[in-house]
Amino acid sequence: MTLTKNIEEVVLFDVHEIRKDFPILSREVNDKPLIYFDNGATTQKPRQVIDAIVKYYTMQNANIHRGVHRMSQDATDEYENARITVQKHIGAKHENEIIFTRGTTDSINLVATAFGKKYVNVGDEIIVSEMEHHSNILPWQQLCEEKNAVLKVIPITDSGELRMDEYKKLLSEKTKLIAITHVSNTLGTVNPVKEMIAIAHSKSIPVLVDGAQSIPHLKVDVQDLDADFYCFSGHKVYAPTGVGILYGKEEWLKKLPNYQVGGGTIKTVSFNKSEYAESPLRFEAGTPNIEGAIGLAVALDYINALGLKNIAAYEDELLEYATEKLSALDNLQIIGTAKEKASVISFVVEGIHPLDIGILLDAQGVAIRTGHHCTQPIMAHYQIQGTIRASFSFYNTKEEIDIFANAIVKSIKRINQK
Amino acid sequence: MIQMQTIENTEQEIVEEFAEFEDLFDKFGYLIDLGKNLKTLDESLKTDNCMIKGCQAHVWLYSELKDGKIIFQADANADYAKGLVAMMIRVLSGHTPDEIINAPLNFIEKIGFKSMLSMKRAGGLESMIKQMKLDAMVYKAKSSNTFLTQ
Repeated sequence: MTLTKNIEEVVLFDVHEIRKDFPILSREVNDKPLIYFDNGATTQKPRQVIDAIVKYYTMQNANIHRGVHRMSQDATDEYENARITVQKHIGAKHENEIIFTRGTTDSINLVATAFGKKYVNVGDEIIVSEMEHHSNILPWQQLCEEKNAVLKVIPITDSGELRMDEYKKLLSEKTKLIAITHVSNTLGTVNPVKEMIAIAHSKSIPVLVDGAQSIPHLKVDVQDLDADFYCFSGHKVYAPTGVGILYGKEEWLKKLPNYQVGGGTIKTVSFNKSEYAESPLRFEAGTPNIEGAIGLAVALDYINALGLKNIAAYEDELLEYATEKLSALDNLQIIGTAKEKASVISFVVEGIHPLDIGILLDAQGVAIRTGHHCTQPIMAHYQIQGTIRASFSFYNTKEEIDIFANAIVKSIKRINQK
Repeated sequence: MIQMQTIENTEQEIVEEFAEFEDLFDKFGYLIDLGKNLKTLDESLKTDNCMIKGCQAHVWLYSELKDGKIIFQADANADYAKGLVAMMIRVLSGHTPDEIINAPLNFIEKIGFKSMLSMKRAGGLESMIKQMKLDAMVYKAKSSNTFLTQ
């Protein structure tokens, strides 16, 4: 495995100091100190984010965009500033390219519905990959069913990398959109999305990138990638649940028809004809998750203060250490051995159901995830029922990985005990 | 003739067995042992009809009525789920539909496995108990002849 970032770039990264910012990390689970390795599912929140939410409801709560009173104006400013923070964080050209949604799934559904309504017709094709999360399959599958269009799938290799040769073959004049994950939530694979987008654009095909697993680990620049749409969730990047982002190129957002409509999306309403607002408000029907947006901005500020290069380098170090430790264990097989990986490690143990290991790890205070991780096609590829998945964050430590490895050994021993 | 234990007696027995283990790891370990010791269900009886599909573990639960009592047999693809169903079989199998329908089954909480009731996605206890009680209701309805005459 090659490291995605250079370790030498790490400066002053004191994990023990960082851990103090995350109150939940000092709790016990099942009378054992918590080891939280389920960051791919959701990340824990730093004190700064928790404080921002408390402050919002203690001092700032008001509905946004329409109020003339001071608190409403302040809340509107905070919400719109959060949009600018997100814009800067992902390198978007304009702030109106940033739409607040409920999360990645919501963002993908928005595009599938609005884009599909206008641009997808009978016999057209949408391309996804075999390693997509169900949330980046189902909206497209449903669209294809509705429109009698065809869902095409880029296969993966046994190491968990996209078959780029097959990808190129799948592109045709029937292809209307490519929806691809940046980082696989199950395999950890970092896909070459920049290259894939360039190939798609050479045939004038737009690309949506599912960034749910990449935003917490990598520096993402949507303009550098030239992504048409980029989606991610707040809660996977140290922010509250229920808030997410859809980035869309301005030219696309102008062309997309409405998704959900209602309060906030309009200029004027009459029974004869209503006039809609411009993006992003046109896509943000109803009162949004204001405190979520504010929390997301604080979370992004937090990781930027740590430095994304530092985070990536440290997490690579954790991944490499865990891969080494786990590879040394008998009867354990790592699923997903791509050259470029984020800090996700999936594995199976011969003859043992992942769930059995999962509950015994939980009893030892180790929170991991077992099952298909909402990626059943990956399970079908490897012909397995599920995996055990550990996903690391910058607040995890090598000491925790040592305990984890020992806990796996203890669990296997107990299960095999006669 | 050997007197069948009451449901409550078996529940109490299981509670006492688990009480010997202080640590949750050992309790789960014991549960896995119960699963491993469960008499395997004949492959021919493992049909989709009797499958309780969980998100992760699948359980096959087969039941039949013999002399007014329900006999349960089961299998699962994870030892943990097998342990749970083994425990439930020990408690409920061999009892009448009425006894099964009315069993409060509060031993689960006493063991400290209450969280397992809500582990729906993992193929938890709740769906197993529901299915066992549902089977009992069907047998009861069939035997009182109100079900098939519809």
